[in-house]
Amino acid sequence: MTDRYHQAGGTPFAPHTEAETAAMLDAIGAESEVDLFDIPESVAFDGEFGIDARTEREIREECGRLFGENDDLVEFLGRNHHGHYVPSLVDHLADRQEFLTSYTQYQPEITQGFLQALFEYQSILAEVTGLGVPNASMYDAATALGEAATLAARLRQVDGTRVLVPELLCPGRRSVLDNYVAGTDLVVETYPTADANVDVDALADAADDDTVMIYAENPTVRGTIEEHLADIGRIADDAGALFCLGSDPVALAILEEPASVGADVVVGDASVLGMPTSYGMGLGLFVTREEFIRQVPGRLVGVSTDDAGNRAYTLTLQTREQHIRRERATSNICTNQAWVALRTAIHAAMLGASGLVDLAETCVREAEALAADLDSIDGIDAPIHDRHHFREFVARTDRRAAAVRDDLLEAGFAVHVVGDHEVQVCVTERTERRTDDLVAAFEEAAR
Amino acid sequence: MTDDREPTMTGYDQARWIDGDEPRYEPLLSEKDETTVEVGGDDGPLPDDLTRDDLTLPELSEPELARHYTRLSQMNYGIESGPYPLGSCTMKYNPKFTEDVAALPGAAVHPDRPDGTLQGTLELMAHLQDYLARIGGMDEVSLQPPAGAAGEFVGILVAKAYHEHNDEGHRSEVIVPDSAHGTNFATAALAGYDVIEVPSAEDGRVDLDALEAAASEDTAAFMLTNPNTLGLFERNIEAVAEIVHGVGGLLYYDGANLNALLGRARPGDMGFDVMHYNVHKTFATPHGGGGPGAGPVGVVEKLAPFLPAPRVRERDDGFERFDPEYTIGKVHGFEGNWLVLVKAFAYIARLGDDGLRDASAKAVLNANYLAERIGYEVPHGPFHHEFVASAGDQDAADVAKRMLDYGVHPPTTKWPDIVSEALMTEPTEIESRDSLDDLAAAFEAVREEDDETLAAAPDRTTARRIDQTEAARNPRLSWHDLAD
Ligand SMILES: Cc1ncc(COP(=O)(O)O)c(C=O)c1O
Repeated sequence: MTDRYHQAGGTPFAPHTEAETAAMLDAIGAESEVDLFDIPESVAFDGEFGIDARTEREIREECGRLFGENDDLVEFLGRNHHGHYVPSLVDHLADRQEFLTSYTQYQPEITQGFLQALFEYQSILAEVTGLGVPNASMYDAATALGEAATLAARLRQVDGTRVLVPELLCPGRRSVLDNYVAGTDLVVETYPTADANVDVDALADAADDDTVMIYAENPTVRGTIEEHLADIGRIADDAGALFCLGSDPVALAILEEPASVGADVVVGDASVLGMPTSYGMGLGLFVTREEFIRQVPGRLVGVSTDDAGNRAYTLTLQTREQHIRRERATSNICTNQAWVALRTAIHAAMLGASGLVDLAETCVREAEALAADLDSIDGIDAPIHDRHHFREFVARTDRRAAAVRDDLLEAGFAVHVVGDHEVQVCVTERTERRTDDLVAAFEEAAR
Repeated sequence: MTDDREPTMTGYDQARWIDGDEPRYEPLLSEKDETTVEVGGDDGPLPDDLTRDDLTLPELSEPELARHYTRLSQMNYGIESGPYPLGSCTMKYNPKFTEDVAALPGAAVHPDRPDGTLQGTLELMAHLQDYLARIGGMDEVSLQPPAGAAGEFVGILVAKAYHEHNDEGHRSEVIVPDSAHGTNFATAALAGYDVIEVPSAEDGRVDLDALEAAASEDTAAFMLTNPNTLGLFERNIEAVAEIVHGVGGLLYYDGANLNALLGRARPGDMGFDVMHYNVHKTFATPHGGGGPGAGPVGVVEKLAPFLPAPRVRERDDGFERFDPEYTIGKVHGFEGNWLVLVKAFAYIARLGDDGLRDASAKAVLNANYLAERIGYEVPHGPFHHEFVASAGDQDAADVAKRMLDYGVHPPTTKWPDIVSEALMTEPTEIESRDSLDDLAAAFEAVREEDDETLAAAPDRTTARRIDQTEAARNPRLSWHDLAD
């Protein structure tokens, strides 16, 4: 392209002609743009970055070529990052510039649309969790867990220093949690699991008055459905600790309602709705009870009325937040994942109650069916845990798991290695029609 | 002010769903439908004791939903709606092609795949790390932090790990100027530090005496934005660095204002040891109604071993992820907001050296031109990509509400509070002279109005002034709360 804005030598995203620039400098009373910079000589930069400008077409080609270098694999992968099919409606509506290019609703009178969408997102989370205080997003599930721990540290209702987490926890999630509590006096300790569920007796022994939070997941990172939620809730209650449950809105469409088992905080990745697999990019869901509302991290969208007496939405209880409370804020979060929350809400609305329940039941049925198929192969045991499963399960391989994984990669399939002789396989409605091929590949790889 | 242009008042008239004379708001999804579905039972795949009883959500057709969200979008102001001079937020136009690049098939992969199957993704990450290092004058970069505040958190955790590694774990304080963004204070506290606030000097810059008095062997780091939140370059930055380094502290650069300096000055050359880049500001990735963004962190060589895990590097046989030797671990469950990083890469590649330098030049030109054309006093200068005007006797928040009636997004208000009734204004490079003239006309019209008019504003927007007290006194956060 050779039009004025697309030649090399300037940003194509500034509209100034040379004459306009000159007139503006004139109005300011400056000789040149450079004169406007008040940078001492000694720290000025007059070198080059060495970054070549490319055209739009060149960059699309370049990135297309790069992504083409990624192996074309069917991913049977999960473990805290799941990709469901995202309907086209989500992209097309969420990409409308009014949503995509706006920022935080500091001026609610001209951002009612986004505020309402976030309010609806919060409402969907309130429905699936049964808890009354959902926030408008954290970065991801791991940081939401970290924020839950600092919430526990702040509450006057609970005291102590111990945060108990299951020994089966994704290392990434654990590491984030450790960093979030680094500035508190909390210590994170693990409690045992039994057949990939909480070992209730061991947890009861571990929990004491010094415990501020017990974390458990449903489904667990190994895909098992937790069978002892009410017991965990009771143990947390007895210890005067918060019960923090990790889950996601697809699973919660059919699994036990968190409020009914005594959960005080629910965290997890809400982007299982709304986002495809995106190299781990997520959306931290965070919902808690009314009594903790003044200590909640992140933005909250509430309802009020405007001067004309009409219902209006607005960010509320902002005195909890960093821009007002500074070092005493409930969190340092500012920019969050609002647009992902919008996508999640649109996807959930598109599915509706029956579509969501149907999707969740598919996650149970497909995992069960695939495990049974793999189990019939010589050299494979699946699932190894005698539990119900959601989306994913662990299988034992007679061969070394890494060797099985490598052979599967050759055949075009990706699975997790989670032990010397253990692989983990995740199946959703997106990959369901490739399960026969995966089973065939396993038949070869298992030998 | 040279010409007396009238505000156009046509910039952006928001959709209101009018029903007779009444604005009729787009109903909530739940007001359109509520459907309850029984869960489990004989047909369900799970025993009843593992399931909930039922689920209630709206069930609407695709066309109904398309209208719902389209109407909501029409009640929202974006960058393409009109000027968005929200100070400190760098609301640039978000180039469309970057969306298409991020949507390329092959960008959507799972991070748990082996490195050998992800060479394209890792190569792009390596290039972006390299670009950012060059732009900031840093040695190494981590792409993991999912926003600016998360970048600050990484920076302060890295500083903490570095001090502990050198047996200086006793350092318990982080110094922050009074003009700093709220996240700086909150981040230092989250990392477990005592926050020491230093007042600004008369000229709006760091008060060297106050900094000297605050700095001690307990200082872990000093967090600074440059140009600072008033848009002023910290001309004494070398002296600042000397004071901080002199007591063994580290100098942290809050990259929110990097759009002022591209190609003209680099934090690494000013003595900063660690910085974050705010890609949703400087590198034009969409703000998404509040996020997602990304806040990569750059460090000098000696801090590189402490960066989050994993990072990406090139080897003879390709690209690989690795854990730095003394890594602080992770601040995100995976590797951050990947799709945002792809867009930032595309933007930087589009501009290149000259384009980046020009972007800053035009951003600074625009801010100076706009300030010149408004009558509100700008107490401090010379400023760069943004300025903080004072609304004087007017209430800055009311000024903002009245500006809505003139069809533009107002500036950030009442911060930094070292300027009374602050109007923090950042037009960015994307505005033309003509649109700056419009914006100036809106400022001027409001400046000449009386308090009563301002207090009654806005009246041309979807919603009139909203009662904040009511929202906070009786928090209703979901449609369930509206039912009772
Ligand atoms: C000066 C300054 N520092 C830090 C931040 C925090 O960045 P983020 O919102 O990306 O977390 C912001 C913006 O919001 C800012 O303006």
